[in-house]
Amino acid sequence: MSKILEKTEPAPGVFRYVIEAGEIAHKARPGQFVIIRIDEHGERIPLTIADCLLEQNAIVLFVQPVGKTSIQLSLMIAGDTILDLAGPLGNPTEIRRFGTVALVGGGFGIAALYPIARELTRGGNRVITLLGARTESRLLLRQEMESVSAQVHISTDDGSCGLHGNVTDALSFLIQSGEKPDRVIAIGPLIMMEKIAELTRPLNIKTLVSMNPIMIDGTGMCGACRVQVAGEMKFACVDGPEFDGHEVDFDTVINRLGAYKKEEKESSEEFEDHILGPCSLGERAP
Amino acid sequence: MTGSPKKSDRLQQPRQKDCELNPDTRKHNFQEVSLGYTPEMARLEAHRCLQCKKPKCVMGCPVHVRIPEFVQHIADGEFLEAARVIKETNSLPAVTGRVCPQEDQCEKHCVIGLKSEPIAIGKLERFAADYERTHGKGEPVEVAPPTGKKVAIIGSGPAGLSAAGDLAKLGHEVVIFEALHQAGGVLFYGIPEFRLPKPIVESELDYLKRLGVEIKVNYVIGQIKSLDELMQEDGFDAVFIGTGAGLPYFLGIPGENYNGVYSANEFLTRVNLMHAWDFPHFDTPIHPHKTLAVIGGGNTAMDAARTAMRLPHTERVILIYRRGRDEMPARQEEVLHAEAEGIEFRFLSSPKEITGENGWVNGVVCQPMELGEADASGRRRPVAVEGSETRIPVDAVIIALGSGVNPLIAKSADDLKTDSKGHIELADPEINLTQKRGVFAGGDIVTGAATVISAMGAGKRAALGIHDYLMRSEGTR
Ligand SMILES: Cc1cc2nc3c(=O)[nH]c(=O)nc-3n(C[C@H](O)[C@H](O)[C@H](O)COP(=O)(O)OP(=O)(O)OC[C@H]3O[C@@H](n4cnc5c(N)ncnc54)[C@H](O)[C@@H]3O)c2cc1C
Ligand SMILES: Cc1cc2nc3c(=O)[nH]c(=O)nc-3n(C[C@H](O)[C@H](O)[C@H](O)COP(=O)(O)OP(=O)(O)OC[C@H]3O[C@@H](n4cnc5c(N)ncnc54)[C@H](O)[C@@H]3O)c2cc1C
Ligand code: SF4
Ligand code: SF4
Ligand code: FES
Repeated sequence: MSKILEKTEPAPGVFRYVIEAGEIAHKARPGQFVIIRIDEHGERIPLTIADCLLEQNAIVLFVQPVGKTSIQLSLMIAGDTILDLAGPLGNPTEIRRFGTVALVGGGFGIAALYPIARELTRGGNRVITLLGARTESRLLLRQEMESVSAQVHISTDDGSCGLHGNVTDALSFLIQSGEKPDRVIAIGPLIMMEKIAELTRPLNIKTLVSMNPIMIDGTGMCGACRVQVAGEMKFACVDGPEFDGHEVDFDTVINRLGAYKKEEKESSEEFEDHILGPCSLGERAP
Repeated sequence: MTGSPKKSDRLQQPRQKDCELNPDTRKHNFQEVSLGYTPEMARLEAHRCLQCKKPKCVMGCPVHVRIPEFVQHIADGEFLEAARVIKETNSLPAVTGRVCPQEDQCEKHCVIGLKSEPIAIGKLERFAADYERTHGKGEPVEVAPPTGKKVAIIGSGPAGLSAAGDLAKLGHEVVIFEALHQAGGVLFYGIPEFRLPKPIVESELDYLKRLGVEIKVNYVIGQIKSLDELMQEDGFDAVFIGTGAGLPYFLGIPGENYNGVYSANEFLTRVNLMHAWDFPHFDTPIHPHKTLAVIGGGNTAMDAARTAMRLPHTERVILIYRRGRDEMPARQEEVLHAEAEGIEFRFLSSPKEITGENGWVNGVVCQPMELGEADASGRRRPVAVEGSETRIPVDAVIIALGSGVNPLIAKSADDLKTDSKGHIELADPEINLTQKRGVFAGGDIVTGAATVISAMGAGKRAALGIHDYLMRSEGTR
């Protein structure tokens, strides 16, 4: 049992949780994730560890409600408990002195990038962060990112802040302006990561992307999280979640992520009907 | 039934058939298929045993259960005594009685098998264990005085559970670390309810708790803690690794990434551990597939096929195996049950490609095979018959080809030696000691995918090894 110590909504439709996690908080490294199961009937879902708060023995998670489990989580409040919490899972991000590293984040991916930015900066890198969102109010962790990056560039789809466009455009401008990052790390929606990888491929810039396939055990036992990388089958939970973006077969990842769309809809609808009453979530659906 | 019938009469008595659920009803539910023996049936069956002076059956059992002795107790109606005798060498008789491949082990060697059918040793073992669970006062919890030593057990499959039980009885403080949210290993997430009801596994876990064993779930060792951290920071004096062989193999043919293609582990985990059959009451879904192909011929393949058959939308299940019926490694009883439940078998067929449409699987292309020369394992090797491929239309494919070992622990400990396939190498197989000081290992992580009883035997051997190590290394560390 792990207690939710704090819950906030830093941007509309994105929730930040501080969760009691004892040993995990002391062990986790940037890039790793946990698997949670809310209750006896729950599904196991993976969530990235966005920070570790050592004094509180707690970890920070950011959750964007998309289906039954994440919606259920979004309705929980400080003081509630989560039945199962396992981690840290996956391999940590490689932190070395690379030189200039461009970090590209979209959506809740920004939360995953924050500890990476902090460690890379601490490790002597020049970190240029590019953050994208639909609109300004949905930007996550802007100030925090500024405090751990040499530069932060913002782009919004509606032009309400920074560049009017998406993060791929922003990276493209950055490179046109003469920057040549030694490494790019992109975390966000699959389409965004694929575009970034396409952009950096001809330029030969090593680009890491973080895969978020459907997972069950998170320990390499089920093979649900398989991704095709350089023609080889890899399991994101034990071989990843970060892979070389130039080698990932994005099409199969995108296809596999859609595998349970119908059932997930059924599950969250049932949940809404029985627990919330009809339609109460309408405004929240992403 | 009193007194002992004459030897010639015994040989004439047929083997007692246990009761089974009707195939037409059971294929729609998850209730246990075999109902086992009544006390009367058990005694009749036990009376068939010749009480051999040099019992061959015992040699066939990996943990040398004293078979004639326990069978005699059953014949005499002393069922609790029978269970006690079995438990001296076998910690999980309710499990092994149900899942051991008896026809390749104890029963294979039973002398009666030469003339008629062997004694149903497995069913008798199960009977005694079930009787004890339902009628006994619970096994007495006798624990030696505390030794002050702490042992960490990694993994809660049969290897870990049996090591934990034996060590706790010897007075050591035992903590089991399990990666999943539920202890039991394959007994829980792999072998389905209709073959091994989960309350049996739960009662074994309860027994360990009564012995004082602590079970910590959601602990992925190698990730949350390394072996060295367990021993140096958390004060464990010895570690036993029983993490099993859980990494599923795929075929390496085109089409394996279509939606609707599962490893047997994923399919069984969704259904057994996560209760997907009860979706949306439980949150983990499984698709309403209609025609499913299962690839493989072992117990895992049978379990996947029979589980698939039980899901509400299933119309057909086709099991595809590249050798013939006689070469299938699955337990005989499972093959018979699968047939009775309407699973279709395609022997001598090897999948070449999985086809799909719009991202979803829609068929398997199979290459017909014929049996050629015997290979190193003594089984005849299948060879392709060229130019006669067939495509079977299906909407799901479950791949049950066995599994390799999980790399997580070895990755976190350089001084733990593994072979080229990742199996942990032992420095002393007699006591299951690894190359790393204070670290023991056993079960599938050492042997590769094997059996419940061999994993359990390894756990017991390691427990003795660990006990010896702890008592000898008194105060040195
Ligand atoms: C390594 C890893 C780290 C992750 N970190 C975070 C995080 O920090 N915060 C966060 O909000 N989410 C994160 N995710 C995604 C998160 O696990 C999914 O959103 C969650 O499983 C959805 O469960 P659900 O029951 O709420 O939705 P479901 O009902 O299961 O799914 C609803 C919809 O979401 C899509 N979906 C399902 N699984 C995923 C997935 N793994 N990734 C993206 N979309 C998915 C499906 O296409 C489906 O249509 C991460 C995933 C992985 C693999
Ligand atoms: C579907 C199926 C059917 C089978 N049917 C039969 C049968 O009928 N008869 C038979 O004799 N055998 C059968 N087997 C084989 C048998 O189940 C195994 O040989 C046996 O379970 C091996 O036991 P084990 O203790 O070595 O490992 P497992 O039972 O695999 O248990 C290992 C445990 O360790 C945990 N673990 C793994 N890594 C870590 C880690 N890093 N940290 C913490 N915990 C970890 C796992 O989650 C798991 O719970 C079957 C196997 C399968 C998959
Ligand atoms: S443990 Fe298995 S092999 Fe040994 S006697 Fe029992 S059923 Fe037979
Ligand atoms: S070999 Fe058969 S008949 Fe002889 S003791 Fe064993 S079970 Fe009984
Ligand atoms: S989640 Fe099961 S193997 Fe990765």
